[in-house]
Amino acid sequence: MAKQTTQLIQRDGEPADLVIGGARLLDPRTGIDEVRDLVVRDGAIAELAGPGAAPAVEGAEIVDGEGLLVLPAFVDPHVHFRVPGQEHKEDLETGTRAAAAGGYCAVIAMANTEPPIDSAAVLGSVRERAEREASVPLGFIANVTQGMAGSELTEMAEMRESGAIGFSDDGLPIRSARVLRRALQYQRLAGGVIALHAEDPELSGAGVMHEGEVSAVLGLEGIPAVSESTMIARDCSLAQYEQATVHVQHLSARASVEEIAGAKAAGVQVTCEASPHHLTLTDEAVRSLDSRFKMNPPLRSEDDRQALIEGLRDGTIDCVATDHAPHAPEDKEVPFAQAAMGVTGLETAFAALHTELVGPGVLPLETLVERMTAGGEPFGIPAPRIEVGAPANLVLIDPALEWVVGEGGYESRAHNSCFDGRTLTGRVLMTVAGGQVAFRQRSFAIGAAA
Amino acid sequence: MKHLLAIEGLSREQVERILDRTESFAEVGRRDIKKVPTLRGRTIVNLFYEASTRTSSSFELAAKRLSADLISIKSAGSAVDKGESLKDTIATLSAYDPAAIVIRSPQAGAAGLVAGWTDASVINAGDGMHEHPSQALLDVFTLRRRLGSLEGIKIWIVGDVTHSRVARSCLLAFGLMGAEVTLCGPPTLIPRGIAEATGVTVAYDFDGLGEADVVYALRMQNERMSESFVPSLREYAACYQIDSRRLGPRQLLMHPGPVNRGVELAPEVIDSPQSLITAQVESGLVVRMAILYELLTGTDRAKPERGPAPAEPPRIGQPA
Repeated sequence: MAKQTTQLIQRDGEPADLVIGGARLLDPRTGIDEVRDLVVRDGAIAELAGPGAAPAVEGAEIVDGEGLLVLPAFVDPHVHFRVPGQEHKEDLETGTRAAAAGGYCAVIAMANTEPPIDSAAVLGSVRERAEREASVPLGFIANVTQGMAGSELTEMAEMRESGAIGFSDDGLPIRSARVLRRALQYQRLAGGVIALHAEDPELSGAGVMHEGEVSAVLGLEGIPAVSESTMIARDCSLAQYEQATVHVQHLSARASVEEIAGAKAAGVQVTCEASPHHLTLTDEAVRSLDSRFKMNPPLRSEDDRQALIEGLRDGTIDCVATDHAPHAPEDKEVPFAQAAMGVTGLETAFAALHTELVGPGVLPLETLVERMTAGGEPFGIPAPRIEVGAPANLVLIDPALEWVVGEGGYESRAHNSCFDGRTLTGRVLMTVAGGQVAFRQRSFAIGAAA
Repeated sequence: MKHLLAIEGLSREQVERILDRTESFAEVGRRDIKKVPTLRGRTIVNLFYEASTRTSSSFELAAKRLSADLISIKSAGSAVDKGESLKDTIATLSAYDPAAIVIRSPQAGAAGLVAGWTDASVINAGDGMHEHPSQALLDVFTLRRRLGSLEGIKIWIVGDVTHSRVARSCLLAFGLMGAEVTLCGPPTLIPRGIAEATGVTVAYDFDGLGEADVVYALRMQNERMSESFVPSLREYAACYQIDSRRLGPRQLLMHPGPVNRGVELAPEVIDSPQSLITAQVESGLVVRMAILYELLTGTDRAKPERGPAPAEPPRIGQPA
């Protein structure tokens, strides 16, 4: 029988028995930051012993952690695994493998599939597949409206009982304020946080990139920042009026951070996320007209990026979400305006943020760890902790290791990474997710065996 | 230079080199027999995904005058019509081993992508609303012939800048050659951020038009009305039409064509002595000959003895 932690599903596997010796253990939530031996027995953290003091565990794998970092593993509230319907882009097996390679112990998949996850029947079928294929605990969002058409509500109560972790029409905004209001009212019965792709389709028009100096020169239609921020203002007002709980997805603009800060100060029950690409890149990258830099919301200005970093630092932005959006090569090997929106992100999230924000001293490592592990909290999934008795959700990282993204291929079926070819510092060597060893870096495994 | 994809990224020296070469081809154009054997045996593909009269015909004639073999493909009636991707089309055409592919596409960046998919030289004949570099070069050539130099010249580009690849290439090329550029048009049709990005001045009315040495009017397309960029052609013409009242006697007039008579230009100015519109079309042919010559026989691609010296036009009948 597959193990089920709240609404997260993971396939059966061997519970880990491990001793990681002499690594720096860091967990801002428990306050631990010291070199210790970490003992995992039967998939749970059994002991945090002084360096070299760990007792021998029979049959346990011994890992030399000297110079390495052990963190609570990451949680991503926003991935696209394309099941059902677009398995040529990604499936649950390749998607969770990419998650494991990025150090994740839990991920939440969006429902803009083909068909979309708008009924208990479709939800049941993907959950069944997850029981066989998910190497990392995986939860599913279900749609707010039928067929994501934005007009009629789904059977949210039934889907919630069938394991929906929350609700979203992500990929599309809920255009009608009236429909969103009904969904927020209905939350009192069905429960489940509503995650919102905030965008005004009228203002976005046929836009394909951030509206600004770069779009002006390239002659590409722009998506103005106010397309996002005005919708966030609307959605927060409705959430406040209906006393509902909402989660705003993939913030990209300064004005959006300011709207969220204002809403939080006013007592609105709102959380939000930002992606590694919005935190590390700007619309300058689009000058190349390289479709790897095309996603929605678009990469915005340096000022917007700085506001996102500040929001991540001060907690206005609750968590990091990759918006991992795999695409087939033919979806991207076309002129920019015709290319599909979206970039992969699971395998590079930590390394990109570690390289661009932690390395230069812009963001403390502790804050990054907090935000990368908090992705489940808006949906009621507690953040993993490094403490005795907790299930083993751990990531082992070499913080100094430089690697070239994509050089050894990807675990994801898709290759549309916006960091492809870049040298990043800090690499995931091993991931323990849901008590199982879900990932081992090939080079590292060889080293450990010798 | 292997490709001509955009004015962005070109140096003033590169532009001047093409203009100097153009002068020598202009001389060829005055002979009775206008054909030279420079590109004999080489293949040029004209790939047009959008309607075009002057650009496609002038590239075609330029190729023929240089004795190249030419294939012209229009999207209607081709495999493109059957849904073939740009990448596959280029792979097919590259099998003919063309020396150059001239491409016009409604998509920004199409020419740049093609350059990565073929060994041929790629010439951007217009990519979406992005750039139209050969147009800008012919406009610079036209102005240089008339004025000697663009240094310190004040040029007003008037009209729908947002949807104009001509405006984007021209403002860069004019700026590169030392001109001071002002963009003028309805606030709905001037892209946000263009002044900050390029250093041009933006104006929304004609109060300062008198200072312009050159007025470059853009084509105003009918469909802009339905998208509420401007309320009506009538109001647009009332605010922005260049007529004999607004165009001073010492100001030059340019337009990339085709002209909407009575919309952006009053009929009387089109045929006035200040109008350079016909000169622009004439320049189009020779500039495109010079571009093909520069890319296909340029010093970094061929041995010097294969082609004539840069400023010297090839002689008729001389082996290439």
